[in-house]
Amino acid sequence: MVEKGIGAAVPRKEDRRFVTGRGRYVDDINLPGQTHAVFVRSPHAHARIRGIDKQPALAVPGVIAVFTGEDTKADGLGDLICGWLVKSKDGSPMKMGPHPVLAREKVRYVGDPVAVVIAETLAAARDGAEALAVDYEELPAVVDLATAHDAPVLVHDEAPNNLVYDWELGDRAAVEEAFARAAVVVRQQHLQNRLVPNALEPRAAIGSYDPGTDSFTLYLTSQNPHVHRLVMSAFIGIAPEHKLRVVAPDVGGGFGSKIFIYNEECVVTWAAKKIGRPVKWREERSEAFLCDAHGRDHITEAELALDREGNFLALRVSTKANLGAYMSTFSSSIPTYLYATLLAGQYRTPAIYAEVRTYYTNTTPVDAYRGAGRPEACFLVETLVDAAARELGMDPAEIRRKNFIPRDAFPYQTPVALVYDSGDYEAALNKALEIADYAGFPARRAEAERRGRRRGIGLSCYIEACGIAPSQVAISLGAGVGLWESAEVRFTHTGKVQVFTGTHTHGQGHETTFSQLVAEKLGVPFEDVEIIHGDTAGTPVGMGTYGSRSLAVGGEAIVRACDKLIEKGRKIAAHLLEASEADIEFEGGVFRVRGTDRQKTIQEIVFTAYVPSSYPEGLEPGMEASAYFDPPNFTFPSGTYVCEVEVDPETGRVEIVNFVAVDDFGRVINPMIVEGQVHGGLVQGIGQALLEQAVYDDSGQLLTGSYMDYCLPRADDVPSFTVSFAPGSPSGSNSLGVKGCGEAGAIGAPAAVINAIRDAVGTRVEMPATPERVWRALAGAAQAAE
Amino acid sequence: MPTVSMTVNGRQVSGEVEPRTLLVEFLRYQLGLTGTHVGCDTSQCGCCVVHVDGESVKSCTVLAVQCDGASVTTIEGLAKGDELHPLQRAFNEHHGLQCGFCTPGMIMSALDLLQRNPSPSEAEVRQWLEGNFCRCTGYHNIVKAILAAAEEMRAMPRAAE
Repeated sequence: MVEKGIGAAVPRKEDRRFVTGRGRYVDDINLPGQTHAVFVRSPHAHARIRGIDKQPALAVPGVIAVFTGEDTKADGLGDLICGWLVKSKDGSPMKMGPHPVLAREKVRYVGDPVAVVIAETLAAARDGAEALAVDYEELPAVVDLATAHDAPVLVHDEAPNNLVYDWELGDRAAVEEAFARAAVVVRQQHLQNRLVPNALEPRAAIGSYDPGTDSFTLYLTSQNPHVHRLVMSAFIGIAPEHKLRVVAPDVGGGFGSKIFIYNEECVVTWAAKKIGRPVKWREERSEAFLCDAHGRDHITEAELALDREGNFLALRVSTKANLGAYMSTFSSSIPTYLYATLLAGQYRTPAIYAEVRTYYTNTTPVDAYRGAGRPEACFLVETLVDAAARELGMDPAEIRRKNFIPRDAFPYQTPVALVYDSGDYEAALNKALEIADYAGFPARRAEAERRGRRRGIGLSCYIEACGIAPSQVAISLGAGVGLWESAEVRFTHTGKVQVFTGTHTHGQGHETTFSQLVAEKLGVPFEDVEIIHGDTAGTPVGMGTYGSRSLAVGGEAIVRACDKLIEKGRKIAAHLLEASEADIEFEGGVFRVRGTDRQKTIQEIVFTAYVPSSYPEGLEPGMEASAYFDPPNFTFPSGTYVCEVEVDPETGRVEIVNFVAVDDFGRVINPMIVEGQVHGGLVQGIGQALLEQAVYDDSGQLLTGSYMDYCLPRADDVPSFTVSFAPGSPSGSNSLGVKGCGEAGAIGAPAAVINAIRDAVGTRVEMPATPERVWRALAGAAQAAE
Repeated sequence: MPTVSMTVNGRQVSGEVEPRTLLVEFLRYQLGLTGTHVGCDTSQCGCCVVHVDGESVKSCTVLAVQCDGASVTTIEGLAKGDELHPLQRAFNEHHGLQCGFCTPGMIMSALDLLQRNPSPSEAEVRQWLEGNFCRCTGYHNIVKAILAAAEEMRAMPRAAE
């Protein structure tokens, strides 16, 4: 085995720059002659812009320019787009209103940008933004998702009833037939709390223009610089694609929020040419709360039909999802293809029907946030299954076990479009129950009772579809782009390896994991490999990082490029060793004539490729190869999470006393990094379950607009975790057998926590289960018992 | 404009600043020490923690002029040449960072904790970190790294400090 190859917990090579303060984030970059931009944002959720007087702002010393939506329009800038077309049940396309880069005529949420002020210093730009006079005529706002359909106000005239689409999936007739003969039906309403992603690095952008080459460079906090380049070129019209370079250097977390093409990067890039100097913008955290796309925000009615033995017969789901004031880049796909397609969970429920209505409201746009649709599906299925177990008097583990898709049934076609690649759900459940000492829980509960604490245990058996995505499937469902990934692997003369990937790392540790892959594949030292990413001028066209795709799709592209190099090396080795190609074997970085000690190292072969003194006839010199990989299917990680809580009945405070995660990610390249991904996902999931919620008042003001009001999990809010891997079912969707691991924690955790609280207090508590809500639930349950 | 002078990472520096200039702005934009980050505007995230006269301070919450004559240590001043501080090493060995944005503040804050309490419990570490947010790691490996560094630092001869 190669040292620091596949399976080794190698410490990350990227860490040194971060622990010494030498990371290079966008705000650490300053260009000569740079100016500073501040955006003037709507203070109203819904208003007509009667007029904008630039003069007071332009009079502020240091202010260079002020631009509004009329200016961008006059220059022919296009509107922001939604890149996924979803059709309603009746076949009509989604009803989308325009999304200008600077608002024209109307503003539609608090934070909607109406103008940009550019100045010599940030302070001057701020003063200018404050001085700008915008005359608004306030309009009534639509804020509440539940009543958006019948609201007397339209966010966009294009969308009657504020309805963007009314979509469905599954066999309605089969579901109705199953419900008609069901012995038991369990019903629940689910509220998916709205979340703010909160990557710790605020978004930032520096646009610059070089008149000598008529080209633009944009430094940007992006998870996918090529996608930014494509949209800003093809739809916004800032520059032809080859005249726009997008660089995403070190990026401080994304969680989805840095996928999207936002107003600000378009405006600063365009403005750089207008004023002839670089324009830098850096978001304040208060702006991030208002303007980074939010996540979740569903209201769902769900019903599960069962027979008397606890077999699931059918699932019926009706969801309203909030899309906010404009359709963000991938917003339409989240509550549909990334949500309803996951409603089978780990179970062989034979019939499923889901309908999803999405609405405009005068709130921040909503799009993908870690998990994106899949946490919503998992929460629904896993809390409903728990309710069914209670209804039938079954153990929550047993009802799950009874309905699992058996391990020999893969690949498995669900009734909601997906074909699961592999899985062994019972193995993960068994392991999790054992580690969590499920059998010993009643004794722990009794002991807690003696201390005056209510103890509960909750399970969540999640499924996830990730490794986004098989292009033809995605395009047939409305995606506007292919979702393959690319790689280029290049040897230098001296046998070092440069790997260029179209994915982007913003915390995931690609520089380490991909180096391990290459070390294993090519038999070169881990230290001799460098991973290069995040610059459209220096990396092959790529689709970026989201949907837990980087290893399953991007890693596979690297492997395939390595395979091409090995094949070329075999030809050179055969020539040098005077053997036939078929007799050359390659292992551990050495080409050898089979059954002999005649061999050449890969470094010797590489040198020959660049200094071809004796070389196979007709073979090109050089040693580099590129590959594109379009996966045949998603990967389907799964697992069981067990959460144990104690509730203080006096205060309603929930303490997580034990949390066990057992995940099946197929083959694991770097277990230390993968465990780290799980830890982070779990805390975001626990944050959703216990702490986090974006709250608007009736007029559309965001009440949770800072860390004083929005409860981001702190170190003392959460426990340490017991994380381990299930026996593992390698994915068939790539040659590595890997599955995505980035979102699992956020998908599986909320249901485990809420089920545990339900078990402890005897009644349902909505997310976030704040002490007040838990205390009220306990008080209500006590009252009901009297 | 007032002039401020201070020692930053052992080096004497001075510069003209507007009175409203924050210490973090002076460090990042005038001295080019961009390892100290800004993650919020309400003094809560802790990405900007540095040491002023040996104690951890949120550099977004003090004015540069308040630090006139002070000795400031930032993340860039923690390693001795190529040799990482035990906390820096522990964050690497225990995977206590992912995107790296909170890391400088996290390490500088943890250093202050270990100066005050060389043998903290896990609960004490978690409580101390309430002023430092991390959105990536779930804190699990940060806590592990700090506890491991504490152990190593306790075993170090005092002269090495």
